Amino acid sequence: MPVLEGRELRIIGFLCNWCSYGGADTAGVARFDQPTDLRIIRVPCSGRIDPLFVAKAFMNGADGVLVSGCHPRDCHYAEGNFYARRRLEVFKNFISVLGIEPERFEYTWVSASEGQRWQEVVTKFTNQVHTLGPLAPVPEISLDRLAATETAQP
Amino acid sequence: MKIGVFVCHCGSNIEGTVDTKTVAEASLDFPEVTFATDTMYACSEPGQDGIIEAIEEHKLDGVVVASCTPRMHEPTFRKTLERAGLNPYMFEMANIREHVSWIGKDREANTNKAADLVRIAVEKLRRNQPLTPKEFDINRRVLVIGGGVAGIQAALDCAEAGLEVVMVERESTIGGKMAKLDKTFPTVDCSSCILGPRMVEIAQHPNITLYAYSEVESVSGYVGNFEVQVKKKATYVDWAKCTGCGECVEKCPSRKAPDPFNELLAPGRAINIPFPQAIPKKAYIQAEHCIKLTKDKCGNCAKVCPSDAINFEAKDEIITEEVGGIIAATGYDLFDWTVYEEYGGGRYPDVVTSLQYERMLSASGPTGGHVKRPSDGKEPKKVVFIQCVGSRDKSVGRPYCSGFCCMYTAKQAILTKDHIPDSESYVFYMDIRAPGKLYDEFTRRAMEEYGAQYIRGRVGMVYPDGEGQLVVRGADTLMGTQVEVKADLVVLAVGAEAAKNSPQLAEKLRISYDAYGFFMEGHPKLKPVETNTAGVYLAGACQGAKDIPASVGQGSAAAAKVIGLFSKEKLKSDPQTALVDIKRCIGCGKCAETCPFGAINMTEFRGQPKAEVLETVCQGCGLCAATCPQGAVQLKHFTDNQILAEVEALCRF
Repeated sequence: MPVLEGRELRIIGFLCNWCSYGGADTAGVARFDQPTDLRIIRVPCSGRIDPLFVAKAFMNGADGVLVSGCHPRDCHYAEGNFYARRRLEVFKNFISVLGIEPERFEYTWVSASEGQRWQEVVTKFTNQVHTLGPLAPVPEISLDRLAATETAQP
Repeated sequence: MKIGVFVCHCGSNIEGTVDTKTVAEASLDFPEVTFATDTMYACSEPGQDGIIEAIEEHKLDGVVVASCTPRMHEPTFRKTLERAGLNPYMFEMANIREHVSWIGKDREANTNKAADLVRIAVEKLRRNQPLTPKEFDINRRVLVIGGGVAGIQAALDCAEAGLEVVMVERESTIGGKMAKLDKTFPTVDCSSCILGPRMVEIAQHPNITLYAYSEVESVSGYVGNFEVQVKKKATYVDWAKCTGCGECVEKCPSRKAPDPFNELLAPGRAINIPFPQAIPKKAYIQAEHCIKLTKDKCGNCAKVCPSDAINFEAKDEIITEEVGGIIAATGYDLFDWTVYEEYGGGRYPDVVTSLQYERMLSASGPTGGHVKRPSDGKEPKKVVFIQCVGSRDKSVGRPYCSGFCCMYTAKQAILTKDHIPDSESYVFYMDIRAPGKLYDEFTRRAMEEYGAQYIRGRVGMVYPDGEGQLVVRGADTLMGTQVEVKADLVVLAVGAEAAKNSPQLAEKLRISYDAYGFFMEGHPKLKPVETNTAGVYLAGACQGAKDIPASVGQGSAAAAKVIGLFSKEKLKSDPQTALVDIKRCIGCGKCAETCPFGAINMTEFRGQPKAEVLETVCQGCGLCAATCPQGAVQLKHFTDNQILAEVEALCRF
């Protein structure tokens, strides 16, 4: 089933199991209303996230990607989120090179007790992506040109 | 593969805002799904039986349950699969309650999103492999961090059950906050009389090793096999020789050292034994106040010590202990009330904290149990108690209720009358919170029998009137008037906050803590003493402010959890560990460097360096998988292919 045309955008969340996934659960238990766009993929630790997962999501047509882990120093695996922070920060600097607005990608820290914070993060990020609108597809003209160069080759 | 999808109504919790039937029907279009249905309560017995029947009838070899969070019921359904003869790891959950039905009322969007979540669960499950846990041995020793009443209870319960216990206490004596109290509510029985014998038991129990004046330096390992480094801080007294006679304390000329046990009410000596019932009853030197250690003069204590126990050369010592379980019982500290400028902020000597007042009331305190004003040593005739100092006050970042202050204030009002029969007590309060057994009766006794005057309202200001008294000005919200009370002594019912360095300890234990530094329990209702880290348990106020009965209850509960854990022959490891594909591994060693647990060894295979995962040590974080430049290390059930399949499932439209 696709996202609801005209109402939702494709937003993917990568959440660590111990803090942010728990925080999203806490937000649910407390019935904190949130936009429906976000689809959450659970990973054990934010350190498990290869920035290429995020890149792949954008290449496949995601309009926004949100990564959330434990607060630095509060990692269930002691130091996983330090690795995550370093990788994701580099990735965020690099993302505009791919032709993607950096605002389409955020990483943040939400603990399992911070249901309200999770609501704020999701709402803010969803609105941010909606302001940008759907991710622009690769312009057809360049595809044509690419095809032309390919056929031109012997 | 034949996948069955079960979409749970959870009564109306999910069905209320998600059309589960539509979700089930939509699931039939997903690859390899051969059976899909909605079900009333998937986790109930009939619900689970339904899953088992469907597995048998439709020859399913994988199951997706769309219901609540996997953090709640994943273990439940894994057992269901096991009962049906499937590998329990051929299972995935779609969280359509916490992440869908409870966070919005748009039925169309919710139904659509729920189906999407089922789709990614299906895509992940298609790539799952059957896994088998490995078994490993348990070291049946337990570490109790903190020797307050909760830790004492936990340690004694474990020791009585035959377990070896290691107790680490930061101060030079165990007993914690309770040892400082004079009496306890609601029975008004003497605190040290009921705690003292328990403390002695700790010292004498053959199964308990006590490290006082020590701190946990680092923790490594995993459930069943932790390795803990304990730092024994230098006391400059050889405790093996010290008899606790107190001769050294008498002769110590450094008389301006702080006395933390007496809450800094009066100066202490550089060498000190906290109180007569201290366990262990041994002296220790506060180095920064010792004339010998700072100026290389004096040395009186060494001269008078009859057992030659003083050793100025002593150094901190690191001891390694191996344990299988850990109970954190580090308690609380008082909020720093001096931020309240309006109450004097620490400038007026006759404004004291509740715990300081407790030391004044106690016969082992600096005033020998006679209530005397710190300023002039006179007996106060009018005592004003101010409640909720650092509790239920957002302006100081403490919105929570500390829970026990109402009760101890009532107790202190009663004791004030007992100590000084012609005294008057006034209590400024916001609400009276007395929900425990015999608690409300107790506060009523304070008012009716002991004549404590309760005034509902906040205090705006405390200031000296220049004639030796303090003016307490506040509101009486019931009468709608301003009130002014002249007081000889003001006692602040200071609220509790997480013990100092709680976050640092939590990081060592790899457990979570909340915004205030209190440790997070595994589940707010169903796992009150467990943490999310296997083998680490909580007891007492380190999890949140609580009174003595609740702390003792949690101490026993945590002990029961440890005893339960240790009653197993062997422990089973989570099989969702990392796995090295030896053909792709180039032996760069980056994974071994990154692993926080030392779970990856570099070995040699046919002359080539290769990484190897120690399955029982691996905790399954997947750091190595994200680090490996070759994609040779994969985390089982969270492989690159699985995560990318989930991404693709979400983005294909």
